[in-house]
Amino acid sequence: MSVSVREFAERGADLELVGIQKRFPGFTAIEELDLTIPAGSFFALLGPSGCGKTTTLRLVAGLEEPTRGRILIGGTDVTDTKAHQRPVNTVFQSYALFPHMSIIENVAFGLKRRRIGDADTRAHEALRLVELDHLAQRRPAQLSGGQQQRVALARAIVNRPALLLLDEPLGALDLKLRRQMQLELKTIQEEVGLTFLHVTHDQEEAMTMADTVAVMNKGAIEQMGAPEQLYELPRTVFVANFLGQSNLFTGRVVGTTDTAIAVDVQGARLVVPTARAARHQGQVTIGVRPEKVALHRDAPAESSSRNVLGPGHVIDVSFSGVSTQYIVSITGVGTVTVFAQNIGIGPIASEGDEVWISWDVEHGFGLDDDLADAGKFAADDDTHAIAVQRREALVAELEES
Amino acid sequence: MAFAAFTTTEAQPQAPKRKSRIALFLLLPGILYMVLFFLTPLISLILTSLQAPNEFGDIGVYDYAFNWQNYVTVVQEYWPHILRSFGYALVATVLALAFSYPLAYFIGVKARRWPLLQSVMLVLVIAPFFISFLLRTLAWKQLLSDESFIITSLKALSLMAPDAHFTGTPAAVIFGLTYNFIPFMTLPLYTTLERLDLRYLEAGSDLYANPFTVFRKVTIPLSMPGIVAGTLLTFIPAAGDYVNASRDFLGGPDTQMMGNVIEANFLVLLNYPAAAALSIILMAAILVLVGIYVKRSGTEDLL
Repeated sequence: MSVSVREFAERGADLELVGIQKRFPGFTAIEELDLTIPAGSFFALLGPSGCGKTTTLRLVAGLEEPTRGRILIGGTDVTDTKAHQRPVNTVFQSYALFPHMSIIENVAFGLKRRRIGDADTRAHEALRLVELDHLAQRRPAQLSGGQQQRVALARAIVNRPALLLLDEPLGALDLKLRRQMQLELKTIQEEVGLTFLHVTHDQEEAMTMADTVAVMNKGAIEQMGAPEQLYELPRTVFVANFLGQSNLFTGRVVGTTDTAIAVDVQGARLVVPTARAARHQGQVTIGVRPEKVALHRDAPAESSSRNVLGPGHVIDVSFSGVSTQYIVSITGVGTVTVFAQNIGIGPIASEGDEVWISWDVEHGFGLDDDLADAGKFAADDDTHAIAVQRREALVAELEES
Repeated sequence: MAFAAFTTTEAQPQAPKRKSRIALFLLLPGILYMVLFFLTPLISLILTSLQAPNEFGDIGVYDYAFNWQNYVTVVQEYWPHILRSFGYALVATVLALAFSYPLAYFIGVKARRWPLLQSVMLVLVIAPFFISFLLRTLAWKQLLSDESFIITSLKALSLMAPDAHFTGTPAAVIFGLTYNFIPFMTLPLYTTLERLDLRYLEAGSDLYANPFTVFRKVTIPLSMPGIVAGTLLTFIPAAGDYVNASRDFLGGPDTQMMGNVIEANFLVLLNYPAAAALSIILMAAILVLVGIYVKRSGTEDLL
């Protein structure tokens, strides 16, 4: 299917990135990226800031040129075409609504550039879709952040692009509006059948909206798949920690059966199904999600279907209404986080209590890399963490040259 | 301020409810200055422009009167100079804009990545101010005189007729005006373009606008405050300029502008009422032209 910017896309188009590399003076944003997004899907690129996800989006939009590699939209190579020649529209993180134009002029801008008839009628239709037609004559500065965001969405969607790019479009919204817009986006995507490429650092947003999520880190995709698949079976330490929380343990494989491997973690024997473990011998890192872990006041009975750790001490309890998070310190093993649904009344253990923890063997997973190699994943939302990342990047670069 | 020009002013800052005596006190020097050095001369100028010649007096002696015919006389006598003034000023403004916009765009947008280059280029734009513009204009008179290297070379290359002159022609005056006012055009343009958010340009190209359309539909409207400020700062003084068009500088007998005529009437012919009337006409004409211009360019907030 060839796509021209002179006509509306009948349906979403495939996006293919082949061997993409992007270097900026001084650093490499994307090392090596191969990605295929099937037509009509809602695809999320998830990662911390600086992981290369926005650069990927800008490459697809044509706002940056790749150092190497090809970009194909609907089977057509668009690598050498300029942004205005691509059948792609972007909802920018900053919205970038033209301040000197009214809302309706903003929305009709793309249609008028393509000389599509009835630009104003179509623009009004798009504004009705986002329920803002009554503000058509206003200027962007007179609208609230949420309204501007919806205008930005209308301005992109009205063009019926084969591919819609969303650059953290919900970042500036409050929680309620965010939910509302998430739902609206999803509905529009299903109605119109466009291909959506959504870039975000919000794992919850990615999981609720996308049918496929790719987790990006340091300019490469760590793991890709359906949200539940990524969550239940993370492959790397980064994914395990970035997408939700994980309790990770490192140990040596001490026994192997047809269906499971046993790992010795500081004397405790933890079992992981072979099918859910990436590596089956030597030093391995295994983990379990905090909500899969059960807390016991008394030592639970030994069972082949459950991993048991303990005794340990509760060192922190934080009650958040619907659930309670316990942090349990187990000698030799370290700290384990437990999420317990608030089924009874109030927390079942308090600080200092002696407890045991257990989880179903089937819920464990084995990772492809080691905790020690990957390092503890640092949240990138404080200045210290950013400084550390910068320094690491600089050191890596120095070693390279 | 850039965007204030485009948005209807919604939230005016609340004026303090109690009139502050201190604020009035602080304003006093400014008010006094304006009354003394703007209002008084202006009234004096208006009164002078209506004076009639003294019946028995010598040349240069006038009595207060209501001789509005002075205006008719000067317009009848000097209308070519009036037209020439605004014509030259207009051409010089357009040329200065055509020259300054790319320059300001380069300094304010393209050079953002190199702050040092940006500073150096800005200093170069301002550098001419370190020397009096009279000296610089005189220097151009030498550089462009008939015996100068530039003109003899042009003649040798047959790009100019052997008996042609450059100084004393309208082209020379317009050249001088353009040259002298380029910094006044470049600096306001630079300040707007330096704050131009490039994301709007990206949004434009994302919405199928080719680079030329992005420039026309996004860059130009967003830099309108700078364009208006720059053209006003160039056009107003250029229309009243009397240095470049003067015979002592780049002008000749056929290039006299209003400023030259006013100067001659005040200082040589001692016809003060005519000079005053011309000054008032110049001022009023500029006010009207600027008013129309600002109204049409949609940047009323600048006034």
